[in-house]
Amino acid sequence: MSETTSSTAAKATGKKKAASGPLGWILDGRAFFALIAIIVVFSILSPNYFTVSNFLIMGSQVAIFGLLAVGMLLVILSGGIDLSVGSTLALCGVFAGWLLQGVELEALGVILYLPVWAVVVCTLGMGALVGLINGLLVAHFKVPAFVATLGTLYVARGVALLMTNGLTFNRLQGDPALGNTGWEWLGFNRLWGVPFSIYVLVAVALAVHFLLTRTPFGRWLYSTGGNPNAAQLSGVPVRAVYIWVYVLSGLCAAVAGIVLSSQLTSAGPTAGNTYELTAIAAVVVGGASLMGGRGTVGGTLLGALVIVFLGAGLIIIGVSSYWQTVFTGAVIVLAVMLNSIEYGTRGRRI
Amino acid sequence: MTLGPVREAGGIAPDVVLAARNIEKSFGAVRALRSVNFDVHRGQVTTLFGENGAGKSTLMKILAGVLTPTAGELILDGRPVEIRSTIEARALGISIIHQELSLAPNMNVRDNIFLGREIMGRTGVYYAEEERRTRALMKELVEDIDPLALVGDLRLGQQQIVEIARALSINSRILIMDEPTSALSASEVTVLFKVIRDLKARGVSIVYISHHLEEALTITDHAVVLRDAVMTAAAPRAEIDLEWIVRNMVGENFDLGQPPTGHEIGAPALEVKRLTVDTAGGAVRAVDGLDLTVRAGEVVCIYGLMGAGRTELMECVAGRIPAASGQVLLHGRDIGGLSIADRIAAGLALVPEDRQRDGLVQTISVGQNLSLASIGNFTRRLLTDRRAERAIVDSSIREVTVKTDGPDAPIGSLSGGNQQKVVIGKMLATNPSVLLLDEPSRGIDIGAKGEVFRILADHARQGMAVVYTTSEVGECLAIAHRIIVMRRGRIVAEFTHDTTKEAIMAASGESLVA
Repeated sequence: MSETTSSTAAKATGKKKAASGPLGWILDGRAFFALIAIIVVFSILSPNYFTVSNFLIMGSQVAIFGLLAVGMLLVILSGGIDLSVGSTLALCGVFAGWLLQGVELEALGVILYLPVWAVVVCTLGMGALVGLINGLLVAHFKVPAFVATLGTLYVARGVALLMTNGLTFNRLQGDPALGNTGWEWLGFNRLWGVPFSIYVLVAVALAVHFLLTRTPFGRWLYSTGGNPNAAQLSGVPVRAVYIWVYVLSGLCAAVAGIVLSSQLTSAGPTAGNTYELTAIAAVVVGGASLMGGRGTVGGTLLGALVIVFLGAGLIIIGVSSYWQTVFTGAVIVLAVMLNSIEYGTRGRRI
Repeated sequence: MTLGPVREAGGIAPDVVLAARNIEKSFGAVRALRSVNFDVHRGQVTTLFGENGAGKSTLMKILAGVLTPTAGELILDGRPVEIRSTIEARALGISIIHQELSLAPNMNVRDNIFLGREIMGRTGVYYAEEERRTRALMKELVEDIDPLALVGDLRLGQQQIVEIARALSINSRILIMDEPTSALSASEVTVLFKVIRDLKARGVSIVYISHHLEEALTITDHAVVLRDAVMTAAAPRAEIDLEWIVRNMVGENFDLGQPPTGHEIGAPALEVKRLTVDTAGGAVRAVDGLDLTVRAGEVVCIYGLMGAGRTELMECVAGRIPAASGQVLLHGRDIGGLSIADRIAAGLALVPEDRQRDGLVQTISVGQNLSLASIGNFTRRLLTDRRAERAIVDSSIREVTVKTDGPDAPIGSLSGGNQQKVVIGKMLATNPSVLLLDEPSRGIDIGAKGEVFRILADHARQGMAVVYTTSEVGECLAIAHRIIVMRRGRIVAEFTHDTTKEAIMAASGESLVA
């Protein structure tokens, strides 16, 4: 029996080797070539595409989706899924807005205005908390990741709506008298012409890339996603890995929430609706396997760029946003098809 | 399927319904079958004997169309046939009942029997007719199984009957049964044998595979023995006995080594005291109050049939499944509450039975698999040090002699034997003082087996305590100082290296479950 399995595995790799001509090369770099193709095509179709202002707009979108996607990548590498990131983004934005508006402590009869750095820390804590709940549900209570995070998707969104009564916190600029100004700094400032939010994404992506490639945790994660049984029997703390990926995903969603509310100087409870799907799409287009164990930060960033650049291009050349949805869907399905060609049937083994 | 013309049946007896001639089957470099001839006699039971890995299952899968032979031909009713899929096999009247049953436990008996062949009425599936036919089948088999009962609620023996009923419902003339009794209780075996006799009376030909030799002897009419991919003997029941089967099964063995000598057998390294492990269902005990002491430098082999509790014992000691009661001491220290990772750190490592399911991470490279259990050894200030890792991996590859293109090769590119060496090398890299190996020789060729045993003997000589399980009796006599026979969760016999294969097999219950 095991002889058969090993021989099919060998066959699968044999196939992969056979594809490593120019075709295999294109297959390997497919997200990159797709991105180049998108930029070239839309630059030809519209003079407004290859412009600084358009790249600034697309860049700010990439920052949000990229942050969510990098967190999502960690969860997907573990073999799970995190549907709650869009809601977590909204909850964190609203939570930050609520803190910036001043927290009234009735018992003390004072209104507490936290400095911006403290608001950032508390907001990150909120994101991590949502992630921790996801992680505990998945790792300890054995709730399937899809269901657990679907639950937190609703709960986080509901809490965000409750906190604001459905309204949006505007005017996050703060008050110099209260010493809590500067929230919009992240969203509006640029360094060498590049918005700060892009630097935030790059920093987070580098950190996660480093985590995946250079630390024991990275090894634990790839092995847990590839085969949790083997990882556990090799002494990998599989449960801790499951919990941490959701916590990190929650943290990434919190950062995205901070960036978005800073870009808008407002925080609404309906922000980030369906962003989790875009994030999943970016990870998949970036070549990660939804079965876990395969995927890279670089690929995921390319995936995020492909999706944002494609969507923006379609808007610029005047294609209806309905068509945009159709195109995005087609790209995702195509990406998954190419992934399964690359990974063969081996990725589907239980 | 293609049917050739009826030929003058050269060398095929008239009562042979299906004959395999000069069958060859290779999986990559591994030759699973070499020029095997096999006859299925009409209305009789033909039993295929052989150790694990001898090629029994491969041959059965070829007869049933699951696999196609590399060379050779199948002759059905005197006509050469090509069977390219199980569907074609079924159309020819050949059905296989696998070791692991292929029923949907969430569906009822009726729906399982007609799965994929639903009878259609005017308003969808004609359930009443399906139910009527199911009842008729059960009546034929003299089994009182409700067609509407959930298969998952049935006892294993009854599920087997459902499988048989399904095969009969498509008019199978040849029924292949792969280890049908391995999971059955004695009374269920009696029922099954009665059903088999009924089937024979109806002219159904049966191909039977079993590890329970005497049990199989009570039901079979013909015996065929396979050893190392070659058919070594075939004879009708009247001419053979147990001794004949064992002799042909085991044969002259490839030298798998000798117990290591010339070193000191030290203090007890692993002590298992009154250990009890419940099965998943909880009805029976997989391990039942077992005591075992293994000393440093000692090699102990645990022999037993499927379901004897070997795997549960190993996995419980390694910390994968909890103990119901009892103690596990490592160098005198109770490791009862420790996690798998803590046990590995304390020097106790397990090489699991199923390397695809539990041993390897298929998505990462050979080198990363080898270093997976010892990441701490090349972590410097929270970061993995690639150079240190490379050094560890390279020395592992040399030590366990893995044949690979390099540490970056995909794990799937290795042969079964080399994959197994990777799993062993991975656990050896943690520098264990006690190494447990659950069926380390499963599914690897004889040369790789020899190398695996040599690696284990070398480590024992350096003071490691080695415990391995096997279901091949020849391997008990390889490098083990002591051979322990398990049966139903208990140790039923203990031998030293100078025992015989027959004695070990007799103690294991391989000769008849009473």
